[in-house]
Amino acid sequence: MTAKSLVTIKGVKDGLVFLLDDQSDFDNLLRDLRDKLEHTPHFFNGPIVYVDVKLGARSVNDEQKTEILDVLRQRGNLLIRSLQSDDESKQQETGYQIHTITGMIRSGQVLRYEGNLLFLGDVNPGGMIVSTGDIVVCGALRGTAHAGVDGEVNAVIVASLFAPTQLRIADVISRPPDEWGIAQTHMEYAYVHNGQMQIDKVSHLHRIRQDLKMFKGV
Amino acid sequence: MGEAIVVTSGKGGVGKTTTSANLGTALALLGKKVCMVDTDIGLRNLDVVMGLENRIIYDICDVADGRCRLNQALVKDKRFDELYMLPAAQTKDKLAVSPEQVKDIVLELKKEFEYIIIDCPAGIEQGFKNAIAGADHAIVVTTPENAAVRDADRIVGLLESANLSSPKLVVNRIRPNMVKSGDMLDIDDILQVLNIDLIGIVPDDEFVIKAANSGEPTVMNPDSKAAIAYRNIARRILGDTVPLMPLHQKKGMMTKMKKFFGMG
Repeated sequence: MTAKSLVTIKGVKDGLVFLLDDQSDFDNLLRDLRDKLEHTPHFFNGPIVYVDVKLGARSVNDEQKTEILDVLRQRGNLLIRSLQSDDESKQQETGYQIHTITGMIRSGQVLRYEGNLLFLGDVNPGGMIVSTGDIVVCGALRGTAHAGVDGEVNAVIVASLFAPTQLRIADVISRPPDEWGIAQTHMEYAYVHNGQMQIDKVSHLHRIRQDLKMFKGV
Repeated sequence: MGEAIVVTSGKGGVGKTTTSANLGTALALLGKKVCMVDTDIGLRNLDVVMGLENRIIYDICDVADGRCRLNQALVKDKRFDELYMLPAAQTKDKLAVSPEQVKDIVLELKKEFEYIIIDCPAGIEQGFKNAIAGADHAIVVTTPENAAVRDADRIVGLLESANLSSPKLVVNRIRPNMVKSGDMLDIDDILQVLNIDLIGIVPDDEFVIKAANSGEPTVMNPDSKAAIAYRNIARRILGDTVPLMPLHQKKGMMTKMKKFFGMG
């Protein structure tokens, strides 16, 4: 073998990491992987070893994944723990994205955004803030907020000062009860539960939104 | 080059014309050369409040269409030599002039006068666009009512997008007793929503109604609380630091009035 191998095997504390080249042709890669396993028999005949497979920048479909796994499974002592490409791991790290906009939304003005929106400023009565995802207002929400405008019923509306004219999430519309004061001292959020608008303290947000990363202490 | 200030509010009946007339007169009282421009075409009032209705010959439309020279249309005030008014037309509507024409007229006036006070019509349509076209600054008038504050907020938004940033706020017709008892919005509530600088608070004063009907601007009467408030606003426009009039202390008011005359 003159060419550099497409498969690099590294030993880590609790197993092996297979680094698969991400530039080469997929068939060549498979052949190389098979070669590697067959030509170093002594290495793979011991006790059970955990294996993590890293695909680099290569993205694979389910069929190709199965092919890689099949090759590895020929060795009975290899227990595959994970198979991941950079794409996926990056996606997992930055799963929730929120866009920040500052300013002031006055009566008659509408701020529209596609995605999750963090608005630093006030939304005045008669003003409107609309997004396809969540809406977080760091400031006073006195106007109307419409989260999940394309039908995302799991969207939430959060505001430092919660005194909205009207709240809308997906197609659920709600108006705050008349007796609401503005004497609150905590930040609140609105969400839809069984088709009804509900309000809760922002510290309880994790109860309904497991997709957000939660801080659990150290 | 003079300074053009538009007086606007969005909502009708909050006191734009009264404020324009009084600020114009107060600035003249302070020795400035002032021209007031009424842009409320079709519903002109400024001339009535100023008591100059019967002196009008030409109006802003005549100037815009070239039927007369600007100087011919200006009506000189009966009290001050340095105070003039450019009246609106009563027989036409807002579409009779364009923002560009008003801008040119205001630009022309700025060469001759130190202050141009532009009285804006209610609403946000053509009349409003005409009024703000030539302005350098804006004064937003509101009353302590939710509807007026809502409209003022809309106007502030429109002014900001027209690059007339940092407009100043006048809260008109405040009733100290009602604010005290919690039945009227207080200044802080209004400022929290509008988030712009306050340039004056004008107390509700029956004399303003009387003055408007007799064609004599309120500021001419030194006994009126509203007159003092308007004079203070005029001084703030000139850049003086004048503290806000205390609404509740009668004694403080008197001291302030004496002080004002001592200085003025």
